[in-house]
Amino acid sequence: MDYSPILISMKTASISILITFFLGVAVAKLVHGMKHEKIKVVLDGILTLPMVLPPTVAGFFLLYLFGVRRPIGEFLVYFFGIKIAFSWWATVLAAVTISFPLMYRSARGAFEQVDMNLIYAGRTLGMSEGTIFRKVLMPNAMPGILSGAILSFARGLGEFGATTMIAGNIAGKTRTLPLAVYSAVAAGDMDTAYHYVLILVFISFAVVILMNVAALRKR
Amino acid sequence: MSLKVHIHKKLKGFELKVDFETDGKPMGILGSSGSGKSMTLKCIAGIITPDEGYIELGGKVLFDSKNKINLKPQERKVGYLFQNYALFPNMTVEENIAIGIIGSKSEKAQVVTRMLHNFKLQGLEKRYPSQLSGGQQQRVALARILAYEPDALLLDEPFSALDAYLKEELQIQLHDLLDSYKGESLLVTHSRNEVYELTKDLVVMDHGKLLMAGDTKKIFLAPSKMQVARLTGCKNISKAKKIADNQVEALDWGMIFTVKDQVSDDITGIGIRAHDFKPCAKTNVENSLYQEEKTQNKVPCKVKNITESPFEWVIIIDTKGNNQESVISNQSTMAENKNSFIDVQNSDITNQNTSIWWKISKNQLNSQLSDGMPDFITVAPEDILLLED
Repeated sequence: MDYSPILISMKTASISILITFFLGVAVAKLVHGMKHEKIKVVLDGILTLPMVLPPTVAGFFLLYLFGVRRPIGEFLVYFFGIKIAFSWWATVLAAVTISFPLMYRSARGAFEQVDMNLIYAGRTLGMSEGTIFRKVLMPNAMPGILSGAILSFARGLGEFGATTMIAGNIAGKTRTLPLAVYSAVAAGDMDTAYHYVLILVFISFAVVILMNVAALRKR
Repeated sequence: MSLKVHIHKKLKGFELKVDFETDGKPMGILGSSGSGKSMTLKCIAGIITPDEGYIELGGKVLFDSKNKINLKPQERKVGYLFQNYALFPNMTVEENIAIGIIGSKSEKAQVVTRMLHNFKLQGLEKRYPSQLSGGQQQRVALARILAYEPDALLLDEPFSALDAYLKEELQIQLHDLLDSYKGESLLVTHSRNEVYELTKDLVVMDHGKLLMAGDTKKIFLAPSKMQVARLTGCKNISKAKKIADNQVEALDWGMIFTVKDQVSDDITGIGIRAHDFKPCAKTNVENSLYQEEKTQNKVPCKVKNITESPFEWVIIIDTKGNNQESVISNQSTMAENKNSFIDVQNSDITNQNTSIWWKISKNQLNSQLSDGMPDFITVAPEDILLLED
């Protein structure tokens, strides 16, 4: 059995949850602080879109933007010599794109759950906006943000559709666990598929349990 | 020190327009919910920005729409006690109190220790807000604000989150605190007891507008507007019109009252506090003629409902029959008669004001009325509040 899909998947899932977490929380904070309701609604729609679209459609858009002969793709190749499409980074890009809405929506919901009076109280007590974010908003929104992170990680680990579109299915390079399961089944190698499936179930379950324990301890 | 507030803000279906100034004495803002009193406080604290106006605290301009000055809440040095106290749930009592203190670690610790002592919170410093009683939470919130040494103290319905039995005790504590506090203090509430006990000056608000401003005690003695009378707890308010220099007709009750002061032509109503009625002593038939001449402002005591409170009786008296009588006795022209008769019919159905509330303490009632309800109750001319719209 080829162990590379496990390594690739672990690498992709952990790097992408890091990016998704910070990006999701930052964008959620930005939207949460916006005053203009109409812009908020439209922006929220765009940011949620990757979650409601079929992953292949999201992948199609990614390919459209990051393909080698496409504006962003060409720009990256020309100025930085980075080729995204069909490289390992494409698996991260796909996982981040698909799991981002989950993180963003959970974080935004968690921020909205925090009593606005706490923020006002912080302001009238002379706390800077940064301090309020770190010491008041984040800690009180933490349970919701954590559960969002769990969901995002699981979604990133299981990402299949967009990954095949932008990253392909290159063994040892972009073949993540879900793709490996697919390839093994397609090749009629059910034993290998079982192994990969077991590993996926184990990792997913362990992460969820771990984060639940962490959330419990916080309380 | 003084706080000057002149603000204007337009909102959907609501316009806030308030002007008042304090001069170091605790001031109250009395109004029903939705009258804009909390919003006024939020404008002063900088949480909400008014459309236009001017706010000045102790010579420092906090907001000036003309000169485009709008200090951040952080720069205003205004302490705000929120209705739910807004303690940070993720911080202990001492962390909550220390959050607004500027200075070194040891300075902070010193202030926290002093505050814990002043607010009798020793032993609770490591607790979280959720582990405290409502009264303790309020003390922590006040300690947190005063540790910050604000120039003004804004109290937004400070007792609304507390059990009734706690309120009285905490009101006394807050009274002492406001007495010793050097800055400006503003108390927003819908409770007449709180403003009466805690403030020297009073502003009465309704629908975003100022109704009356002045000395608290004086406003309670003579609330010259209907809405003010209602908010200061006057139970009996009737539409009224002037019929003589010192006589008014209460239209809702169909009765004529003699009052002490000269009646203004602009009068639209009268108010009588439920406690101001006195029972007329029962008389036998021979004396009744004499009594009738002597006692002014008699109201037939037709009891509709009696409710027992711990220390008083609440007696609701029906005035419906009086209406009919007054229609007949007030015969002038036929047309007028007809109109007023229709009015009475309508008011019977739509107007809840046809009842009069009479409150009498139990020992008074027991000593004076050993032989049952009186036939009439009466009110002194000086106790009748003359009201305008």
